[in-house]
Amino acid sequence: MAERAPPLIVGAGPAGIRAAMTLVAAGLRPIVVDEGHACGGQIYRQPLSSDGRDAEARYGSEAAKALRLHRDFAALDTLIDYRPRSLLWNLRDGAGDILRDEGSQRVRYDGLILATGATDRVLPIPGWTLPGVFTLGGAQIALKAQGCAIGRRVVFAGSGPLLYLVAWQYMRAGVEVAAVLDAAPLSAKFNLLRALPLSPGIVLRGVRMAAELKLRGTRVVFGADRLAIEGEGRVARIVYQAGGRAHAIACDGVGYGLNLRSETQAADLAGCAFHFEPRDRAHLPVRDASGRSSAAGVYLAGDGARIAGADAAERAGERAALALLEDRGLPHDSSRAAVLERELQRIDRLRDVLEAAFPYPSHWGGDIADDTLLCRCEEISAGEARRAVSDFSLTEINRLKAVTRIGMGRCQGRMCGAAAAELLAAQTRRDIGAVGRLRAQAPIKPIPLAAGLSVHERQHDPAH
Amino acid sequence: MTRRIDCDVAIIGGGLVGSSAALALRGMGFSVTLLDKGFCGAQASGVNYGGVRRQGRPPEQLPLSQRAHAIWPRLKALIGIDGEFLRSGHLKLARSAADMASLESYAADVAPFGLALELVGHNQLRDRFGVAGEVIGGSFCPGDGHANPRLVATAFAAAARRAGAEVLENTKVIGLTRNGAGFALEAEGVSVTARTVINSAGAWADSFARAFGEPVPLERTYPSMVVTEPLDPFLGVNIGIEGGGIYARQVTRGNVVVGGERALPLDDPDYSRPRSDGVLTIMQRASELFGPLRHAQAIRFWSGTEATMPDRNPVIGPSATTPGLIHAFGFSGAGFQIAPGVGEVLAELVRDGRTATPIDVFAITRFPPASQPGDASQAAMTTGSKETSP
Ligand SMILES: Cc1cc2nc3c(=O)[nH]c(=O)nc-3n(C[C@H](O)[C@H](O)[C@H](O)COP(=O)(O)OP(=O)(O)OC[C@H]3O[C@@H](n4cnc5c(N)ncnc54)[C@H](O)[C@@H]3O)c2cc1C
Repeated sequence: MAERAPPLIVGAGPAGIRAAMTLVAAGLRPIVVDEGHACGGQIYRQPLSSDGRDAEARYGSEAAKALRLHRDFAALDTLIDYRPRSLLWNLRDGAGDILRDEGSQRVRYDGLILATGATDRVLPIPGWTLPGVFTLGGAQIALKAQGCAIGRRVVFAGSGPLLYLVAWQYMRAGVEVAAVLDAAPLSAKFNLLRALPLSPGIVLRGVRMAAELKLRGTRVVFGADRLAIEGEGRVARIVYQAGGRAHAIACDGVGYGLNLRSETQAADLAGCAFHFEPRDRAHLPVRDASGRSSAAGVYLAGDGARIAGADAAERAGERAALALLEDRGLPHDSSRAAVLERELQRIDRLRDVLEAAFPYPSHWGGDIADDTLLCRCEEISAGEARRAVSDFSLTEINRLKAVTRIGMGRCQGRMCGAAAAELLAAQTRRDIGAVGRLRAQAPIKPIPLAAGLSVHERQHDPAH
Repeated sequence: MTRRIDCDVAIIGGGLVGSSAALALRGMGFSVTLLDKGFCGAQASGVNYGGVRRQGRPPEQLPLSQRAHAIWPRLKALIGIDGEFLRSGHLKLARSAADMASLESYAADVAPFGLALELVGHNQLRDRFGVAGEVIGGSFCPGDGHANPRLVATAFAAAARRAGAEVLENTKVIGLTRNGAGFALEAEGVSVTARTVINSAGAWADSFARAFGEPVPLERTYPSMVVTEPLDPFLGVNIGIEGGGIYARQVTRGNVVVGGERALPLDDPDYSRPRSDGVLTIMQRASELFGPLRHAQAIRFWSGTEATMPDRNPVIGPSATTPGLIHAFGFSGAGFQIAPGVGEVLAELVRDGRTATPIDVFAITRFPPASQPGDASQAAMTTGSKETSP
C-alpha cells in the first residue's frame, strides 16, 4: 500500500504553529510552508538579524506568548518538514506549488490546513500613496522585524484595535506620536464595557494604552472623518474633520488602516465555498466550528478564515488539526476539541463587541474622491472606476476588474479589492455583500518567469 | 414574475459574436434581445489572449477575416472605445527549416487575399523585432495586431444596449421552442418570442444545435495565459510560433501577455484553471525567447472556455432543419479577430437571408446529421444539465 502523503500546513503564525504541534503529537510529520524567514507570523514576527532588543521590547505585553510559540516551534524542528522563505503560489487536487529560491516544486499532500493570516484593510484616502504612509501592520512590522520607525513625528489613523496598539508600541519605542485619529465616534467606545466580562484583560490594556498615549501628549481624536495626507513628495501633514471642523497635524510618518482583511486566495484555489460575512464586510471561506471547510480535507484556521486575533488563531489551529486527525481516523482528543470550540466562541463574542467599538467607516467607500488613486498597482483612480461602472452598467466586482484593471496588478486585489467593492456598492446602491468577490487566480503572489526555467532543469516529478 | 418580450431577433450568448450581431441588427432597425447566462463578454470573448490576426488562418476564413479587419480600426466610432487595438503587426516565427518552409507555402497560398506577408530571416528577427532564442526566420503580417479583449466584447454589448437592444445579463436560456412563425424562448424570469434566433452561445452552443437535430462535434478547450508585471517596452509586435508553443504580446502599459498550453476544467467545466506545469512551461519558453523576460515576474494566470471544431473552422449560417435559426459558434481559438465581421454577416443573414461574404464552408451540414433528426417544427430544447465534452 502506498504511504499517505503528509499533511500540508500553510503559514507558520500562531495558527500554523499550533496545528503543526498537534499533528506532530499524533505522530504525523506535516510539511509547513511559510513565506517568512522564521516562524511567528505577522504578530510574532522575528527580526531578520539580532538587533540587541529583547522580546519585551519587541512584543511588549505579548512577549511571553511570542517566546512560547517560537520555542514550541523550534522544538518541532526535526519532526516536521519546515520550509521557510517559501511561497505557496498554487493549489489543486492534493498538490501545492511552492516557490523557493526561484525554483518551483510541486508537493503532494493529504490534508491541508490553511493558516494564511491577514493583511491590513485600507480604503484609499487622498495622499495614501505618498512616501511616509504605511499601513498599521506595516508600521508595526518595521518596528518589530527591523527595529525602525516610520517617522520621527508620527500620526496613526483609521480604526481597529491595532490602531491604539501600534501607536502605543511606537510611543514606547521612543517615537513622538502626534495623534491617534480614530474614525469611530467616542460613543462607539462604550461598547467596550460589554467586552469587560468577556475579556477584562484586553479591555483594560486597551484603555490603559489610550490613557498612556494621552498622558504623553498624544492627541486622541474620535470621529475623525475626511482624512487626507498632504506633502510635497512625502508626508508633511494629515488633515481631517472632527466636530464639524477641519484640522491639520504636522507629521513625517502616517500609519493608517481599517482593521484587517483575511488572506483567502489559497482557500479559493483549494476549492472552498465562500459566504458573505457582514461583520467582516467580506466574503470568507465557509467553515464549521472545527475549522472544516466545504472542501474535503481542507481546514481553515486563524485570521485567514476570519479576523479573530492571535489568541483565537492558536486555538483554531489546534482545533483544525484535531479535525484533520479525526478525519484520518487517528486518535484525537475530542474533549480538548470541545474546550477549544468553547473558547473560540467566547473570543468570537468578544470580536463582535470590538467590531462595535471600532466600527468600519462604511460611508468612506462612497466618499472616495474621484482623483484619489484606488488601485495603486495599475494606477486607476476612483473616478475612472466610477466612470466604468456607469459606462458599462457594472454591478459585479470581477466585471469592474475586467474593464478597469483594478485588482489585476501585482497585489491581485489584496490592497484595493475591498475598496473597489465598497465603491461599487456605494455607487450602485447595493449591499456590500451583493457586489461579489474577486475570484482568486494563481499565482497567489508574483513569481519570477525564471521559475519556469529552473523547474525544467530538474527531473519531473513522476507522480505528476 | 415572468417578463414577456416580443422582438424580431433573440440572440443567445453575449460574447463578441452575439454582441456585435446585436449592434449590427440594431443598425438595421430590428428589435433585438440579447441574452447571456452570465455577463456579456465574460466568457471566451472577454478572457482571450487578444490576438487580432489574420495570418495563419485557413484560407477559407480569410474573406470573413478581411471583412473584420476593416472594422477593428473603426471601433472608436462603432462602440465608443478603441479597445486598445494596436496595429502592431503579427510575426510568426519558425524554429526549423520545415517550419520556415511551411510559412513560405502559406504565404504563397494566401497571396490572393492581400495580407501583404513579408518573410524575414534570422538576422532581421533580432535587429528589427528583438527576438532571441533558437529561431531561424519568420513571416510578418504588418496589418495584424492585438487588442484588449476585456474591453472589446463588453463595449460591443454596451453599445448594443445604447443603440436600443434589450440586453439581459444573468439570464440563462433554458428552453427554446419553434412555434408558428417564430420561436418561444424561455429564460430565467423572462420569456421571449422572436421571429429569428441566433445561437451564438459559444462553448455552450452545441446543446441548442443538437436540440434541433443538428449535433456537432464541439469540444471545449481552455488555453492558458500568463501575464507579467509591467516592463519597459521591448516587444512591438504580436508574436506567434509556427506549429504552436507560445504566443506573446506586450500591452501599452508594459505587461507582457503570453499564451500557450492548455488549462484543465474545474469540477464545473464551465470554469477552468491553468495547470501549474503548463504555466511554468509557458514561462520557460517565453524567457528563452525574450531576454527582458528572464528577470520579470508573472503576476497572473488565467484561462477561458472556448468551443473548438475538429476542422478548426466555425459553424456560421442558417440551421438546416429549422427556419429562422442561425448558428454562429465554434471559433476554435481564433474567433476574437473575426467576430465583428461575423456579427455583420449574421445581421445580413437575418435581413436578406444571404450575405456577400463567402461562408458556405462553415455550414453546419458539413457534420453528419443526427441519427434521429428532431422534427424541426416541434423541436424544443431544454438545458439545465451540464453539457461536457471529453
Ligand atoms: C484563452 C483564450 C484565448 C484566445 N485567444 C484568441 C486570440 O488571440 N485571437 C482570436 O482571434 N481568438 C482567440 N480566442 C478565441 C475567441 O476568444 C473566441 O473564438 C471567441 O471569443 C468566441 O466568441 P463567442 O461569442 O462565440 O463565444 P463567447 O465569448 O464564449 O460567448 C458565448 C456566450 O454565450 C453565453 N451562453 C452560453 N449558454 C447560454 C445560455 N443557455 N443562455 C444564455 N447565454 C448563454 C455565455 O455565457 C457566453 O457569454 C481565444 C479563446 C480563449 C478561451
